[in-house]
Amino acid sequence: MIAQAEQGQTVKTEIERRTIQVAGLFSLGASFATDGTLITSQENFLRFFPERGAGQVTLGLVKVKPGTDPNQVVAQIKAILPQDAIASTKQEYVAFEQAYWEKTTPIGIVFTFGTVMAFVVGTVIVFQILSTDVNEHIGEYATFKAMGYRDRYLLLIVFEEAILLATLGFIPGLGLALGQYALIRQAASLPIAMTFARLAFVFFLTMVMCIVSGLIATRKVQSADPADIF
Amino acid sequence: MALTSEIKSDSSPKPAIAVEQLDHFFGKGELRKQVLFEINLSIASGEIVILTGPSGSGKTTLLSLMGGLRSPQGGSLRILDTELVGAPKTVTVESRRSCGYIFQAHNLHSSLTAIENVMMGLEVHGVYPRTERRDHAVQMLELVGLEKRIHYYPENLSGGQKQRVAIARALVSHPQIVLADEPTAALDKQSGRDVVTLMQKLAKEQGCTILMVTHDNRILDIADRIVYMEDGKLVKNSEPSMLPASLPGKSG
Repeated sequence: MIAQAEQGQTVKTEIERRTIQVAGLFSLGASFATDGTLITSQENFLRFFPERGAGQVTLGLVKVKPGTDPNQVVAQIKAILPQDAIASTKQEYVAFEQAYWEKTTPIGIVFTFGTVMAFVVGTVIVFQILSTDVNEHIGEYATFKAMGYRDRYLLLIVFEEAILLATLGFIPGLGLALGQYALIRQAASLPIAMTFARLAFVFFLTMVMCIVSGLIATRKVQSADPADIF
Repeated sequence: MALTSEIKSDSSPKPAIAVEQLDHFFGKGELRKQVLFEINLSIASGEIVILTGPSGSGKTTLLSLMGGLRSPQGGSLRILDTELVGAPKTVTVESRRSCGYIFQAHNLHSSLTAIENVMMGLEVHGVYPRTERRDHAVQMLELVGLEKRIHYYPENLSGGQKQRVAIARALVSHPQIVLADEPTAALDKQSGRDVVTLMQKLAKEQGCTILMVTHDNRILDIADRIVYMEDGKLVKNSEPSMLPASLPGKSG
């Protein structure tokens, strides 16, 4: 049907035993709740939903004049509206929607769980790498200690390694994520894009993960006498 | 001939290394084993002393205690007049820096070149800028005869050369005490001889005290004094001429 409409042919189909004609296509993409969206006139809408009145608006868009403060307008609108109606700026509305999906539906909880799991797995892998490396070179660290280097110096070496690891791992990780986003956009029509905030947060978590792993991996070097390590 | 230890310590200032009633135990609980028994030893500044005895006699343990590589448990152990028994960590770290320790297996860093390895011996003091460290390291490597190999990695050096780098690293900061643990064990006769002659020469030039643990009969003659240990106890202080022709527990 979409293909026919794209070619400019007249497409007739049915909704609830009424024949409708598809007049054109627009691009909006799917979301978690819906696979597609229809736009129609107010009269048609009321024909499909007779239980709703003409005055029952679910979602209204107010465009403010350039130069006006949206927050002020929101306040003014709130003053007029009844208690159960919400007035908000676009950002507030986006946040409201996100909070809904994140916190009250299983989807949000599943995503959060997935993120936590990724963090745990990442930490374990990084710890393994750092720990193996420290152990391979433990004779050298012990020699440093025997020469009179402070534990702090050894710790800094491992931290440097951890941060390098974090940065070098982050770049392909980011590439993979962007690739996956593109795939999802393609395959599921879900509009998903990378934000700088998300990027920065994940990088921060990566650093934390690596530094904590570094700390734990050097426990033995710090506490032991050099002679016990040789 | 070298004077005996008693006379020397009466007339000279405080000994470089002073050990009194030093005991040491390995292990815990039921497996606790005593490895050093009431060690009393005094080594004066500038002396070259060899510590020898059969395997398991505790000589390496004693040496590692002096170098701060192990925490002493009882008695008294004074290095350059600083008490190490019961000392806080900062004191131990300082003490390690004032000794140059030469390991049996040289323990060079495989990812650093010869000159970088030697520079590590200076960096620990935290007071030398990079150019000075480089210059001192080059000088030291020249003194040990490796000026043509300063940028070689340890994997490209022979056993004798690696040991010479280790000596350079231990001596580059002109420490007052040099502790060497079987420095010639992995070397052939000539290399071994060269190594100890070098140490002796540098010691005399820099006026440092050398304490060497070794099984090697071939190098005993460089010492002012030989200390013999068996089963964790000191058996006798003696001069090279007083030792039997062959020592038990030959180098292995």
